[in-house]
Amino acid sequence: MTNNPHISVQNLSVEIGNQQILKDISINIPNKKVVSIIGPSGCGKTTLLKSLNRLLDDTAEIKVTGKVFVDGENIYDPNAEVTHIRKKMGLLSQRPYPLPMSIYDNIAYGPRIHGTRKKVVLDEIVETQLKATGLWNEVKDRLNAPATRLSIGQQQRLCLARGLAVEPEIILGDESTSALDPVSTSIIEDLFIKLKEKYTIVLVTHILRQARRVSDYIIFVYMGKIIEFGPTEEILLDPKQELTREYVKGYIS
Amino acid sequence: MTSLRLLKDKVYAKIMLIFTILSVAVVLVIGIGLYLKSVPVLNKISLYTLLTSSVWKPLKGLFGFFPFIMGTLWVTAIAIIIALPLCLLTSFFITEYTPNQLRKILVPFVNLLSGIPPVIFGVWGVLFIVPLIQDHIAPHFVEFSTGYSVLAGGIVLAVMIFPLIVSIVCEVLNTIPKDLKDASLALGATKWETIRKVSLRKAKPGIIAATVLAVSRAFGETIAVLMVCGNNADVPHSVFDPGYPLPALIANNYGEMLSIPMYDSALMFAAFLLFIIILLFNVISRIILARLERKLAL
Repeated sequence: MTNNPHISVQNLSVEIGNQQILKDISINIPNKKVVSIIGPSGCGKTTLLKSLNRLLDDTAEIKVTGKVFVDGENIYDPNAEVTHIRKKMGLLSQRPYPLPMSIYDNIAYGPRIHGTRKKVVLDEIVETQLKATGLWNEVKDRLNAPATRLSIGQQQRLCLARGLAVEPEIILGDESTSALDPVSTSIIEDLFIKLKEKYTIVLVTHILRQARRVSDYIIFVYMGKIIEFGPTEEILLDPKQELTREYVKGYIS
Repeated sequence: MTSLRLLKDKVYAKIMLIFTILSVAVVLVIGIGLYLKSVPVLNKISLYTLLTSSVWKPLKGLFGFFPFIMGTLWVTAIAIIIALPLCLLTSFFITEYTPNQLRKILVPFVNLLSGIPPVIFGVWGVLFIVPLIQDHIAPHFVEFSTGYSVLAGGIVLAVMIFPLIVSIVCEVLNTIPKDLKDASLALGATKWETIRKVSLRKAKPGIIAATVLAVSRAFGETIAVLMVCGNNADVPHSVFDPGYPLPALIANNYGEMLSIPMYDSALMFAAFLLFIIILLFNVISRIILARLERKLAL
């Protein structure tokens, strides 16, 4: 489908305990596009997303087989260095989880970890990323206030800004708007559309309207398997598989 | 039928109220009782002298509690200084790094430690810690030490409060959402960076609460400390000096030599003092905790 995949998943299987969560997943995720992973709850969407930056590593009794190439590097190679892989990908989780520190420190957290110490540089990163997520005017006077004082919608944008501050190439969103009100949701969706100029974006969503609005491609996952992968319009309006058709029409959920 | 159920509800509510009041009242009764018992010595000697004098000569009617207060503070401080870093590292290891199977072995082991009777810790202290200090640690720093010292008391106490702090801090760490830690990891932070900058900060109020509990317990711990501290009524000037904490003073002397005038009352004052120290400590730490929680807006 694409000549130049940014992420290439090959024969990925994930088992937790005795349960097979993902079965032999292979997919190429194109560069600088928005790809939505849709499917009923419990189908393995989130597991698939988290396998892309190895956040599953700490799960108890987990077994991952297969390969995931990011920029041509297999991240499940025993010699792969995990912090460097994760730095490439910003994660936006279901609910905003601001770190227990000030707004400023939340954004400066990543750059500081990766060695940026100069105040001038950090100041600039904070301002740039807050502007990129449209928060700057709302918070510029209280950068030292605890991040938890922000509204939920603002917190989620802060989390996005925090992720962008480490200069990732990929953004992973795990139902990132499910805890938000409609206005905040559409702000985040607009941000995704704007950000795809510079980033490859992979979103997990259970809202078809959202998948339609923001994504270029859709992956439909059912019972741990990829049923169908294609351009958004095709999946939503003219799916090739019966299962996809039933899901899109709302017969299975 | 309905009225009977409602009546039962009311009766049980009342019974629960009575028992709650009773248990709270015990604290007050003990406090007042100790105060009344220590009135005779307070009438004879001023509070200021009692607290600041270092002269302890019961036969001459001189009761200075300063050495005992200092003994208590030294031993407790040493215990916390030793225990806290170890406890934090242990808790982080158990909650963040230990695989499931190993955790199932480690946690009961830590809990078992809290089930060991204090007197066994005392014996262990006498047989192991005291000679260790006398022969191997003290000679590097001071000319002479018998090993019976506030350091020995502190080490024994540290081991005793260890399981208490570890189990509370583990509980606190387990309540930190995985997604919060993931947020830090996803930015490319290592586990250690995540622990140090995120988990530790988030768990701070819980860690302080655990420490408060442990300190309260350490203040009152008697038998194990009494066996290794040397029980010498002088103010300790180094960790290798013997000390004489308040609980040890009471346990060693109450019931004996009570024919000495005022001695009984003086020991009751010691108990009252201990009671007040623990009370004050708890009140102050509660205030600090409340401030901290407000500041962090957790």
